[in-house]
Amino acid sequence: MLLSVRDLIVEFYTYRGVVHALNGVSFDLDKGEVLGLAGETGSGKSVTAFSIQRLLPANAKIVSGKILFDGIDLLELSEEKMREIRGQRIATIFQDPHTYLNPVFKIERQFLDVLEYNDPEIKAIRNKKEAEKVAFEKAVEMLKKVKMPAPERVLKMYPHELSGGMKQRILLAMAYSLTPDLIIADEATTALDVTIQAQVLEIMKELQREKNLSVLLITHDLGVIAENCQKVAIMYAGRVVEIGDIKKVLTSPKHPYTQGLLKALPRTDKEVELVGIPGTVPDLVNPPTGCAFNLRCPYATEICRTKVPPYTLEEGSTVACYLYGGK
Amino acid sequence: MVTEIIKIENLTKHFPILGGILQKTVGYVYAVNDVTMSVREGETHGLVGESGSGKTTVGRIIVKLTNPTSGKIIFEGEDVTRVKGEALRNYRRKVQMVFQDPYASMNPRMTVKSALLEVMNIHSMHKGSEYEYATKLMERVGMSEEHLYRYPHELSGGQRQRVVIARALSVEPKFIVLDEPTASLDVSVQAQVLDLLKELQKQYSYSYLLITHNLAIIKYISHRTTVMYRGVWVETAPTQELFKNPQHPYTIALMSAVPVPDPTLKREKIILKGEPPNPIEKVVACPFQDRCPYVMDICREKMPPNTDLGSEHLVRCWLRA
Repeated sequence: MLLSVRDLIVEFYTYRGVVHALNGVSFDLDKGEVLGLAGETGSGKSVTAFSIQRLLPANAKIVSGKILFDGIDLLELSEEKMREIRGQRIATIFQDPHTYLNPVFKIERQFLDVLEYNDPEIKAIRNKKEAEKVAFEKAVEMLKKVKMPAPERVLKMYPHELSGGMKQRILLAMAYSLTPDLIIADEATTALDVTIQAQVLEIMKELQREKNLSVLLITHDLGVIAENCQKVAIMYAGRVVEIGDIKKVLTSPKHPYTQGLLKALPRTDKEVELVGIPGTVPDLVNPPTGCAFNLRCPYATEICRTKVPPYTLEEGSTVACYLYGGK
Repeated sequence: MVTEIIKIENLTKHFPILGGILQKTVGYVYAVNDVTMSVREGETHGLVGESGSGKTTVGRIIVKLTNPTSGKIIFEGEDVTRVKGEALRNYRRKVQMVFQDPYASMNPRMTVKSALLEVMNIHSMHKGSEYEYATKLMERVGMSEEHLYRYPHELSGGQRQRVVIARALSVEPKFIVLDEPTASLDVSVQAQVLDLLKELQKQYSYSYLLITHNLAIIKYISHRTTVMYRGVWVETAPTQELFKNPQHPYTIALMSAVPVPDPTLKREKIILKGEPPNPIEKVVACPFQDRCPYVMDICREKMPPNTDLGSEHLVRCWLRA
């Protein structure tokens, strides 16, 4: 087990009150596995990613829970040790590549900084000029891997001279250049057009297979999950409500929320009648008692309104719902 | 006999790029290059394309937020390309638009009620019974009278989009341009809004131009569809026919690139090389030439002609010419 998140509870302190962003998130990610994390806005997908990286904003706090990465509890580490893990062992790719590149520096400077700061081989070179040269070669090699045309020229450009797809490929190259064990892709292709998204996902797939990496793929697009993951965790109101093999979860969903989500999804592959889920996502300042989905669930009973459902194994998927596993 | 409510012919829009201290025109952004299409009464016509394809500009030209460089807009048989004054106001009453971000298209200091009444007052509609009509509209979009007294920030994203739709309906338009109406909504709410649009069309036979990048929405709601690439329309067909039998290499690649949430489905993906061309270069030949797997010499020289494949299926590609 490379990554194991256990009962993670995260709160945000805002002027409106305490936002209960994560209410006991648990999942496991094996080595070489691609796990999709799906859910709607506010379900806690990104907060989970930020918690693993320990990059939560100052007004947020991890109240309890464990994040075990390769046997180390990340929540117990010193900031200094955590920084080493963040650079070299866990890399993140975010949604908007423009925000993560500095507009006033050329790509070359930014790429080389990443390598000189994090890459142990390059760090070991004493001569600064020599180190720059080795780093430049490595940057070119990585850009070739993400199929960037004319990598030497791209390195001399500023971020605004590049398209969104190219910027995202640069961030991919930076992330993979440190040969991390875990890649967190947080809506990494959402801002891209579909034909460009297909290119980027293809590159990510190749790199993942080559190094047998573990990937946590966060997206609201179940199509992207179906085509790129082995397992999927569906999140709702700060909790994983269903987790399992994509074939199981996406073809015979168990949790009423997963079922509703799939019925609400317009599709290109077949004719469907859409059924929306009535109501809206609960306000996490005042979350409902019991199962967070009980207000929108067609099967809700008395127990759903009072107690949080435990996880049960139902035909290979793990579900948090009182419909399964006896009462 | 099907009647066309609106028709655009050879629509072109070039935005000037100003530069230098004298702010002279130093070039153009060729946003829309020769688009011809029509929307029939009671029909939803989907306009699909990726960012920068010019689909939103077409929508903005139709509601006359900007004027075309050349080309014509014909609404109910009359040329409205250059209408002004009273005629323009009259046109705007019949043609409404719903934008992508409902929060940005509402005044944060106006209640839902004042937003709805303002539009009716401008067009002198429902005089004396504005309030009753506003209440009726709220019910029609699945909300209640109590919501009339709310401010935009007190509503959820889905509710806001319903209010914006109600506002568009308040002047009893015939034709509505929907620009990515559900792109900012979550899927569970998106389905509610799409069904509302469908239901309203069934009851009041509105005509829609649905601008979106999402092919799944097009398939769900559009009767006919036009695909745009880099400011040029490349294919038009009844939606079912388009999905069954796409003809333009770009349409085929676009459909194959859309991820499908069915892990049991095995299909070959067409991964296009490269990216769309820069919009500041004038489009003289097929805009898809650099990414097309079937490119021929003629594609680089001349713009492909409109080819009628029968059963209302039109395509613009030298392969099918």
